[in-house]
Amino acid sequence: MAHHRISVTVNGSVESVDVPSNMTLLTMLREKLGLTGTKNGCTAGECGACTVFLNDEPVNSCLVLAVECDGAEVRTVESLARKGKLDPVQQSVIDHNAVQCGFCTPGVLISARALLDRNPDPSEEEIRDALVGNLCRCTGYVRILDAVKDAAQVGAASETGGSR
Amino acid sequence: MREAHPGLPDFDYVRPASLEEASRFLAENPQSARPFMGGTDTFVRLRDGFWKETRYLVDVKNLDGRAEITFDPRNGLTVGAAVNMNQVVADPQVRAHYPLLAQAAHRVASYQLRTRATLIGNLCNASPAGDTLGACLLFGGILRVHGVEGFRDQPLAGFFQGPGRTALQPGDIATSIRFPLPVPGSVGHYEKLGRNVLSDLAIVGVTALGHPDSSTASGHRFHLALASVGPVPVILRDLLTQAPLTPEALDEAAGRAMEACHPIDDVRGSARYRKFMVRNLSRRALNRVWEGLQSGHCCE
Ligand SMILES: Cc1cc2nc3c(=O)[nH]c(=O)nc-3n(C[C@H](O)[C@H](O)[C@H](O)COP(=O)(O)OP(=O)(O)OC[C@H]3O[C@@H](n4cnc5c(N)ncnc54)[C@H](O)[C@@H]3O)c2cc1C
Ligand code: FES
Ligand code: FES
Repeated sequence: MAHHRISVTVNGSVESVDVPSNMTLLTMLREKLGLTGTKNGCTAGECGACTVFLNDEPVNSCLVLAVECDGAEVRTVESLARKGKLDPVQQSVIDHNAVQCGFCTPGVLISARALLDRNPDPSEEEIRDALVGNLCRCTGYVRILDAVKDAAQVGAASETGGSR
Repeated sequence: MREAHPGLPDFDYVRPASLEEASRFLAENPQSARPFMGGTDTFVRLRDGFWKETRYLVDVKNLDGRAEITFDPRNGLTVGAAVNMNQVVADPQVRAHYPLLAQAAHRVASYQLRTRATLIGNLCNASPAGDTLGACLLFGGILRVHGVEGFRDQPLAGFFQGPGRTALQPGDIATSIRFPLPVPGSVGHYEKLGRNVLSDLAIVGVTALGHPDSSTASGHRFHLALASVGPVPVILRDLLTQAPLTPEALDEAAGRAMEACHPIDDVRGSARYRKFMVRNLSRRALNRVWEGLQSGHCCE
């Protein structure tokens, strides 16, 4: 199988990685770069645990080939806190106890951050719509919804002015 | 260590420099090479053990700047092949002139999946459950296709030949889709039944489009496209033209939709259930369109 040498910016640092054709972005992040915050729940685009930013838009990293990311910018959950300060969405999820096992949380955080970047004042319907692709099997969704609602009110865009 | 989930099988990722090169490569490897855009269908099929003969995945989304949506008041709307579903949903021209297309695209999966999923991929995948097939058919979509012989136009009418089967030949790459201007005053609506309210493949999908027509007894003309109830979308054209529009006439048209489809039993629903849902959703969709036509608003 063909291998490819790609250059990809991950959480601000440029990485040069050797990837086989069939390696997903998810596997590259976890197994080549040791960024295990991004989770593998289904490898089929269903659960959203693998959600990361690819060129400022959220994607299911299990459905992106690593080789397709040559020259791209990727941001994972590890990038959300800046200088020891949590992103407002992270803080709000903690404040609302919107985490139990935490497996879905990295994906939820990315989807929520992406929503607030494109729409700092979402309605409940818009929050539900943005989180449709993030399954949580233990906390239940009400706390997660409340956390995102509050994060929108408190922080609007994060300290960095969001991702753009 | 054994993986908890199967990975992708072995293949070579191929990124041609031009459409000519891509078409040639695909035509020379008809069994083993496959074009892909967002890959949301392709990777899942590969991972699930379908398409065992695939050796090459040919990335065709980076060729010739096809990531644009353009609108021309004379020729209509053109959506480039690499345009993703979220772009279709958000595009002001789509929302202004073809809101039904935005509504259908919005019903595909989740936001993050729609960052990758494309309209063209939805069409070329030719799943009878595809959410956007009905809107694209009712708007009279015409694909622009590049093959070994060069470019040609491929109307969507006649394009779908069965689940996963289309009129595309080895070497063919869809590069864009064009929609002529809708009939003035057109109103559309998409009703989707999934296992949950948002995100999930359609158990039944009903797309309805209606427009004023002074030559008919009703003063209108309605069309329906039914998803997930046959090997290809079921189209019913020119409904509700013969008599003035009444709630009873809409009911009867919904009954005709039910009679026109021959669904199968599968894990997502029985044939009998699907038929009843076609009637109910058709009634609802036709009523929504009728309301929109009366109020002069496109519904969404
Ligand atoms: C979790 C999940 C949920 C989903 N939910 C929905 C849903 O709710 N509704 C729905 O309709 N679909 C759904 N899908 C299916 C899929 O996301 C859509 O069909 C999507 O639009 C496919 O686009 P793509 O660009 O990813 O296609 P790809 O996977 O890139 O391609 C799909 C097919 O088209 C062919 N193809 C792609 N591009 C071209 C081209 N330019 N020329 C010729 N052939 C081409 C490929 O060879 C392949 O056979 C879902 C998929 C997943 C994984
Ligand atoms: S691991 Fe990617 S969506 Fe579940
Ligand atoms: S907290 Fe366990 S899956 Fe969401």
